[in-house]
Amino acid sequence: MSLFDYPFDGAMLLQKKRSLRRELLKKPNLTPKKVAILSGSTIGEIKNILELFLLGYGIAPEFYVGNYGLFYENLVFDDGSLAAFKPDILYIHTSRKNLKNMPTTADTAQSAGEKLEAEWARFEAAFNAAKRFGCPVIVNSFDAPTHRVMGNRDAVDARGGVYFINEMNARLTTYVGKNEGFYLNDLAYLATRFGLDNWFSESEWYLYKYAVSMQYIPELCHNIANIIKSLLGKNKKGLVLDLDNTLWGGVIGEVGPEGIELSTETPGGMAYHEFQAYLKQLENLGILLNVASKNEPAAAESGFARSDSPLKRDDFLCFKANWEPKSQSIAEIAKEINILPESLVFVDDNPAEREIVRQQLPDVTVASFDGPEKMIAAIDRAGYFETTTLSADDAKRNEMYRQNLARAAEQQSFGSYEDYLKSLEMQGEFGSFTPPHAERITQLINKTNQFNLTTRRYTGPEVEALIEDENAVTLYGRLADKFGDNGLVSAMIGHVHGTECDIELWIMSCRVFKRQMEHTMMDEFVRRCAAKGVTRIVGRYLPTAKNLLTKEIYGTMGFEKMSESETESVFALQVEQYVPQNTVIAVTAKE
Amino acid sequence: MTEQEIFDHVQEIFRTVFDDEDLVLTREMTSADIEDWDSLEQINLLVAIEKRFSIKFQLQDVKDLPNVGAMLDLVKRMAA
Repeated sequence: MSLFDYPFDGAMLLQKKRSLRRELLKKPNLTPKKVAILSGSTIGEIKNILELFLLGYGIAPEFYVGNYGLFYENLVFDDGSLAAFKPDILYIHTSRKNLKNMPTTADTAQSAGEKLEAEWARFEAAFNAAKRFGCPVIVNSFDAPTHRVMGNRDAVDARGGVYFINEMNARLTTYVGKNEGFYLNDLAYLATRFGLDNWFSESEWYLYKYAVSMQYIPELCHNIANIIKSLLGKNKKGLVLDLDNTLWGGVIGEVGPEGIELSTETPGGMAYHEFQAYLKQLENLGILLNVASKNEPAAAESGFARSDSPLKRDDFLCFKANWEPKSQSIAEIAKEINILPESLVFVDDNPAEREIVRQQLPDVTVASFDGPEKMIAAIDRAGYFETTTLSADDAKRNEMYRQNLARAAEQQSFGSYEDYLKSLEMQGEFGSFTPPHAERITQLINKTNQFNLTTRRYTGPEVEALIEDENAVTLYGRLADKFGDNGLVSAMIGHVHGTECDIELWIMSCRVFKRQMEHTMMDEFVRRCAAKGVTRIVGRYLPTAKNLLTKEIYGTMGFEKMSESETESVFALQVEQYVPQNTVIAVTAKE
Repeated sequence: MTEQEIFDHVQEIFRTVFDDEDLVLTREMTSADIEDWDSLEQINLLVAIEKRFSIKFQLQDVKDLPNVGAMLDLVKRMAA
């Protein structure tokens, strides 16, 4: 078990930060990222512990730390150093201690209102100034004040500190909701969760100007690191759930569906009922639910037939009820839905089952909890599914994977693979990037690891800039078939110089791999290059731990291999020699 | 808890925080003697000591601790 798996020991992380850092830096395949932290109070340990969590997620940060307390000045009057640093992520570490215009009881309601507007204008100006870096910006909400001069009225009276901070938070969250590229680090929620008296320590503020008590810095950093890893496509994608004593109380094979604890009428049943309802909400966000249970299939399914069961059999993508080791069931699930084992979280009440999975499938994350009433927290607070962006496709993801399983079932009844593909009645739509697609394209670019030739990542503004770029050839592809719409699943970016085009990015969602979608993408890309007068196209494969399946793809499409090394393979295509490959997808080409 | 036990625990905390298994603590040691011992680490040490001995320092106690000896005496007084 890693020291970073939830629930982590924050005190241990603080004490062992040096040796942990030394060990973590040895991990292979770390993704370098530039992280700028702007200061509203002491950063010191926040930077150190954030680095540990990011390394734990496979991200190697290079930091820029702003001057102490000068977040506003650094943003609004940048001396050039921040722009020169070119941050990939900007985190503005502010708290209620940065509110300069707090009203007092000497104010009138009107002057207190003016102070609120002045304070918000100051933060809004700082946030607006942060936009010019074109990178994701993470901002904090404000923690509640530790004292209330008017007591409870403080929340009602415009001169009250509680009122002021509630109003500031309302403005701040509205701003984040409306401004693309801004993400909330909900400091106020964390302070509430741990209790204000713990979260903030007067003596640590007076001595060291820490706006967050040292012992909660690991929780703060975990929260920030979750946002960053989510933005970089490192979220978990699905859950593998045990049944007996995990989704309901009792052993269904012994007591039958009527005997299990699941009703809201009993304390024990309520815990399982609420956990199922929580999972149902995750499913709505596109998290894939699967079962690995040691049971007879019929008995296992009978629990979900109960009318009071929040989850039904159809909510699960893969349902493995058998007597095989669970590690085997989980490996099969990953294979069937075509995702990496590291994208799965295993939830089981039995510590012995957890241990076997940890040993046999070290890439799978295993949730730790003690008692059914702790299960929601174990999933929720770990931040496995931190939702930074939500596209229409996310909500449909479960349905898409379900359709894929139906396709796999149908595939077995056809003589040839091509006959099967034709039977899918696939329809593809291909076009250059347009503003409505930019968000989905950015999301896909940043979370696709397997079918990704160069693993270059782009921010939203970078993708949008390509739309206007005369020298760029951009292409997206959508794919639908008789089972349903897969949505936007592939994108290519080429850079034209003279008569040559470099393919800087090519990604595709693995759920449509081997459906000739990749071939049709290339057909369309070559056609668009030719229209721009391009005679030669160069493609590169940059190996990572995950993109092996695309290593030779250019070679199979008529490209000639020019060079090959451990870090890069280069392929080139003479446009006039290209032979279109697609034979099964009906193409709609947009400009 | 004996003085020696307190010393051993505190030395162990110093060794962990500064990632140096050979570090030997003396009563006369100050932040000038350990390269990484700055105000940032001071609070880290204090928080670790609080946790290890289940004590809670007051602002008055820690705002001016001249050396390791003063730290040990403070723990001894509070853990008594």
